[in-house]
Amino acid sequence: MSHQSTYNPGTAIEKWLDKRLPLVRLAHDSFVDFPTPKNLNYWWTFGGILAVCLVIQIITGVILAMHYIPHADMAFNSVEHIMRDVNYGWLMRYMHANGASLFFLATYIHMFRGLYYGSYKEPREVLWILGVIIFVLMIATAFMGYVLPWGQMSFWAAQVITNLFSAIPLVGEDIRIWMVGGFAVDNPTLTRFFSLHYLLPFAIFGVVALHIWALHVPGNNNPTGVEVKDVKKDTIPFHPYYTVKDSFAIVVFLIVLAAFVFFNPNGMGHADNYIPANPLSTPPSIVPEWYFLPFYAILRAITFDIGPISSKLGGVIAMFASIFVLFVLPWLDTSKTRSMRYRPKTRLWFFLFVVACIALGYLGGKPAEGSYVVMSQIATAYYFIFFLVILPLAGIMEKPKTLPSSIAESVLKKGQKAEPSADAEPPPEAKPAPAQ
Amino acid sequence: MNRTTIVRTLILTVMTALAGASGALAAGGKARELIHEHWHFAGPFGTYDKDALQRGFQVYEAVCANCHGLELVAFRTLGQKGGPFYLDRCPAGVPDNIDCSNPNENPVIKAIAENYKFKVQDGPDDFGDMFERAPIPSDRIPSPFPNEQIARLANNNALPPDLSLITKARHHGTDYLYSLLVGYEEPPATVEIDPGQYYNPYFSGDMSQYLKPEHVDEEGYPREGVEVPLGGVLAMAPPLMDGMIEYADEETPETVEQYAKDVTEFLTWAAEPKMEARKALGVMSLIYLVILAGLVYWSYRKIWSNLKR
Repeated sequence: MSHQSTYNPGTAIEKWLDKRLPLVRLAHDSFVDFPTPKNLNYWWTFGGILAVCLVIQIITGVILAMHYIPHADMAFNSVEHIMRDVNYGWLMRYMHANGASLFFLATYIHMFRGLYYGSYKEPREVLWILGVIIFVLMIATAFMGYVLPWGQMSFWAAQVITNLFSAIPLVGEDIRIWMVGGFAVDNPTLTRFFSLHYLLPFAIFGVVALHIWALHVPGNNNPTGVEVKDVKKDTIPFHPYYTVKDSFAIVVFLIVLAAFVFFNPNGMGHADNYIPANPLSTPPSIVPEWYFLPFYAILRAITFDIGPISSKLGGVIAMFASIFVLFVLPWLDTSKTRSMRYRPKTRLWFFLFVVACIALGYLGGKPAEGSYVVMSQIATAYYFIFFLVILPLAGIMEKPKTLPSSIAESVLKKGQKAEPSADAEPPPEAKPAPAQ
Repeated sequence: MNRTTIVRTLILTVMTALAGASGALAAGGKARELIHEHWHFAGPFGTYDKDALQRGFQVYEAVCANCHGLELVAFRTLGQKGGPFYLDRCPAGVPDNIDCSNPNENPVIKAIAENYKFKVQDGPDDFGDMFERAPIPSDRIPSPFPNEQIARLANNNALPPDLSLITKARHHGTDYLYSLLVGYEEPPATVEIDPGQYYNPYFSGDMSQYLKPEHVDEEGYPREGVEVPLGGVLAMAPPLMDGMIEYADEETPETVEQYAKDVTEFLTWAAEPKMEARKALGVMSLIYLVILAGLVYWSYRKIWSNLKR
């Protein structure tokens, strides 16, 4: 919430600095006295969790880069050197690899939360679009990072994904050669991917700063989707209330990360990536990491030509469209009501959308044959129908439930009636203790 | 067999060989279900059985090392903490100034390196010549073949994969390796296998190409009622035989199963030599994080309980 600054420089140094560069004031107004709706549930803790993820990835990544060698002949063995001979190298590498997986898990939860509670709607369109930009940058970064160990899956993933660009009419093949740095995936591909894999996280960091800035202008959305009306009644300061709640969620998240890193570090990986890259031997099945499987399923779902568009190009278009549709989402959803809590019909369509996404993830890991293809096509169709048909129409046709008149009212009501939380909301410890 | 069948068989053979070399588990469900052994290192508190690691290294050196390298493992790694020959303190008779917990000074490691069956190439010396010498603890374990071409020449054109990561580079690698080693059997009567090839129900492959001509139709597909056997065909002869290696320890049986189990445990260690340190740190980290979560949760309840609405 843009609000009157309450920062009061206490010491002479703070006063001196505040006149010249009000950095402390910025931090104070953003993370200490920032008025935050009092009814945020645990789904709102994933923003903080994601910030921690990004920092973990950057720190472990910088350390890994000190020992990694970006060369087609040495990359694979340099990773094993990290695993075997670098002190705690195994810890850095397993944290980086599993951290990437959980980073995506948290991102997807964060995005579904935004979808469910209508956090992309006016006045938060820019906030949402910045989030989608971060997501696109993350996809690029994760893909290039996966290529770096130069195992079989690394190599063939690079082969398959760069090949997609050759589907572009006329210039596709030239673009592919330009991207790969040669006629086939080889050392030039590896070195440029390494360079960009190191660069992009800092770009992400920059966009995250904008994302947080864009959050702090309109302030947080909240589970009711009702805007803050009375700052005194509806909000509480970010610190200590949400710093402590976010901290708890972050520690729980770290427990999950630690469980993977220490006890099943290769559980989310693929055995084939422990075989050095071999351009002459194609693995029987080339599958991306789990977090790309839904998009992979959409890519493979287009098995038919559409007029002049070949099935390959069609798949590429569908895959990119599935991400880029998110950019225009704020204008596709015509409803004035933000939160799905008050949109009984759309809410069911939303849950079906979540099911479709999970189904696409499952189907992306299956061979593209038989009934798997048909199911992928159905799920892909629904993915687009949800955005392009259901959301635009629902805003016109659906009659939303009555909204609470304010956040404070909704919180009070909940405390009195202890209404059964029908929606996907965490249990009641998320709520403040009953009024005395 | 008509010509298309022959061509197809050739292509499939090449693909199977490649799949074998790249080790991927081929289009699932065609190999027999793996034998699930109980492993000493299983579970969050599991550790390697040091005696098994030592025996496993013996099996590796005596048998596997004739064809398969272990190029990512250095001799010193065998003597580091968690390794098969790690020493807390020196055995009697070693001079005081030697620190046996240091793998490079560990007398067992020194002896293993010096007496290893292959030499390492070093050089150039002062005259510009390359020369061979016995390994020292800091050397990586030398491979049996200097390059891929010689390895293929010596192995019927198959390339024996390096074993440094073998249990991580295969799906359920530990059980897979054990199953493969003990799983060799006579090929079923319906198939015919070329000399120099061996049938193993746990190896991933496609047995339909080996069906005898009377079991396939004109197009090369299996006839009605002919079952395609599970598994595949590989160039590695059954490597283990009962009693072929003598264990120093009288009580451990000298059987194929025991050899397979020991060498599998050793190769699991070779693929993940820091596993014990990882699990130990993991237990401490989780205890720390769970206590921290409890404290933060308590703080959260305390702080929010002050909130008057």
